[in-house]
Amino acid sequence: MRSWSFDVKRLTLGEMTERSLSEIAGGASLEAADPTSARVRAVAEARSAEPGPLLEILHDVQNEFGHLPESTTPVVAEVLNLSRAEVHGVISFYSDFHTAPPAEVTVAICRGEACQAVGAEALADYAKSRLGVDVGAHAKDGSVGLEQIFCFGNCALGPTASVAGRLHGRVTAERLDALIDDAQAGGSSS
Amino acid sequence: MTVTVYIPRDSSARAVGADEVAVALTAEAARRGDEIRIVRNGSRGMLWLEPFVEVEVDGTRVGYGPVQAGDVAALLDAGLLTGADHGLKHGAVDDLPWLARQDRLTYARMGVIDPLDLADYETHGGLAGLRNAVAMTPQEVVDAVSASGLRGRGGAGFPAGRKWQTVLSAPGDTKYICCNADEGDSGTYADRMLMEGDPFTLLEGMTIAGLAVGATHGYIYIRSEYPDARDILNAAIGAARTFGWLGTDVLGSGRAFDINVRMGAGAYICGEETSMLDSLEGKRGMVRAKPPLPALEGLFGKPTVVNNVLTLGSVPFVLAEGADAHASRGLDRSLGTQVFQLAGNIKQGGVVELGFGVTLRELVEDFGGGTASGRPIRAIQVGGPLGSYLTPDQLDLPMEYETFAAAGAMVGHGGIVVHDDTVDMAKLARFAMEFCSEESCGKCTPCRVGSTRGVEVIDRITAGDDRAGNLTLLLDLCDVMTDGSLCAMGGLTPMPVLSALTKFPEDFGLTAQEVTS
Ligand SMILES: Cc1cc2nc3c(=O)[nH]c(=O)nc-3n(C[C@H](O)[C@H](O)[C@H](O)COP(=O)(O)O)c2cc1C
Ligand code: SF4
Ligand code: FES
Ligand code: FES
Repeated sequence: MRSWSFDVKRLTLGEMTERSLSEIAGGASLEAADPTSARVRAVAEARSAEPGPLLEILHDVQNEFGHLPESTTPVVAEVLNLSRAEVHGVISFYSDFHTAPPAEVTVAICRGEACQAVGAEALADYAKSRLGVDVGAHAKDGSVGLEQIFCFGNCALGPTASVAGRLHGRVTAERLDALIDDAQAGGSSS
Repeated sequence: MTVTVYIPRDSSARAVGADEVAVALTAEAARRGDEIRIVRNGSRGMLWLEPFVEVEVDGTRVGYGPVQAGDVAALLDAGLLTGADHGLKHGAVDDLPWLARQDRLTYARMGVIDPLDLADYETHGGLAGLRNAVAMTPQEVVDAVSASGLRGRGGAGFPAGRKWQTVLSAPGDTKYICCNADEGDSGTYADRMLMEGDPFTLLEGMTIAGLAVGATHGYIYIRSEYPDARDILNAAIGAARTFGWLGTDVLGSGRAFDINVRMGAGAYICGEETSMLDSLEGKRGMVRAKPPLPALEGLFGKPTVVNNVLTLGSVPFVLAEGADAHASRGLDRSLGTQVFQLAGNIKQGGVVELGFGVTLRELVEDFGGGTASGRPIRAIQVGGPLGSYLTPDQLDLPMEYETFAAAGAMVGHGGIVVHDDTVDMAKLARFAMEFCSEESCGKCTPCRVGSTRGVEVIDRITAGDDRAGNLTLLLDLCDVMTDGSLCAMGGLTPMPVLSALTKFPEDFGLTAQEVTS
């Protein structure tokens, strides 16, 4: 469930003060000491002339850092002349955007109906017990995370899972084990 | 002599080892001194045979599959490169009944050509439609699409020509073509396959749409679960620009049209067209109230054509072969073909393009071969997660918009998901509610809150907790969602839930009498 609705309201109040503070302090001078936000600014500015570029910018930032660093909201808001609440609202609306670093290896299991018809729920249960984490969670050491996806477009060859960004069809529990072992060993074979 | 070998780059083929086969074949052929040229084509759509390897022998393509990397050496030993016999051989691909019985218009080049080779595209009929359109007036192009009877393939079946006419007639210099490539429905993958296997067809359809309505810019909104399709589209767009097709002077017409790809970020609701437009504008994907119609006030408030990948992908055929060629196929008011997708527990899963009117039985039994598990079929969901569950006694329904609607079901985007007799329909009904609560945009209470309540109520029913009272509650909840939701997300979620409930009451611990009284 997405939590944007109350988040937006809560932020709107705090946001105005934050914004005026950062204006007083001067955004750019703060960044001299913070290479991350300088980089976020560069990424945002590269696209700021495109129409409606916020999602594209967030994808670019996430591609570069693996997640959206804390400075994303204030810096991108400033570059695009949006309120922080608007930027935060977008980040929290879309399940792709993460404000915390991802696990080293992400396992995503498809829970769409077509994959369920060939055992996806059992595979998801297996993944939970093997990894010792719930869907949407990371292992404490950050080594592995488990996610659910609703359809990868591989619905004739399910169950479907992606491991470390690579898509796999007809995935059994044994195959999932092998794929995870392989990814954790840093391998790229399938 | 160099032998041409085709190994699909389709992401479903890759998900079952196509890349590894390509690597193994390259290495093994080099070791033996065999000269080969590997073309990474799109998939033919016989997904159960993937990775499906084709070898060109004397102008005939001979198919082998499913091939694994470990099979490559034995295949070469047997004489793969001369089309020799082997346990995995299927024979001349064009003669395989599964393909030969189809009527491929939108998918005419699928799996046949190199997806990024424009010369190959043209040799196989590509650009003929656009060349015709360039020589026509915008009104003539719109008239052709109207006369073809082409209806939106994304689900709702709205006449494409009528939508285009609205945009053409709308005042203003700035107009947009937006291709809906969000394909969020489980059980559907035909958009993805077209984008990966024949991306120029989509670009051509969009360009024709642009010329027809006077738009100079198009966007493809693609879901982030499809990174391969995005990369291939971007490469195809680059090639089309270099060729002088996309850009300021479309094929020397003096008219401009260009396309950009924009990626979604994991939200099913962004497949709904107004939500997609908000997302394209860089906002949260909230559903907009209609009116205004996107055709009049769409992207950035400008008149906008929003069409599905397959709708736009069907347009080049209409312009190349004429409206009648399209309108002569299909049934009643559902004209032309649909690219049906067989998915779930199905023996021969894949893509079947045929005129509307083919029965569910022909698709599921003749093409699909029944379940993969070999067990009896129990339920079939057609038209995505918001579609009704059908039972085996409904297999003779013709796949046609109005017939399905009359049966309380929908053809939708043509996805067909088969479940065998081990399925728990109460679980799937619960899942439908869970999916809605997970993916709701949150704008209206019946959808956002109703779906969450729906999960709880179904849990209580299956747990045997005041079944009668909770059943009444569930039925009321479904009524409220149906009547009080702004879009089909909340409005249609009751379809899978109620069809599961009324057709499979025993899975909920209920009797048929209880659910109908
Ligand atoms: C919840 C919801 C999800 C939808 N998802 C898609 C989708 O993924 N792809 C699509 O083409 N249309 C989808 N649609 C339908 C679109 O709103 C719209 O009807 C379609 O893009 C119009 O194009 P067409 O007329 O060419 O089908 C969805 C509709 C709803 C209500
Ligand atoms: S029905 Fe659901 S998804 Fe559609 S507008 Fe309402 S809350 Fe949003
Ligand atoms: S339902 Fe799993 S890939 Fe489509
Ligand atoms: S579904 Fe939107 S708030 Fe829970």
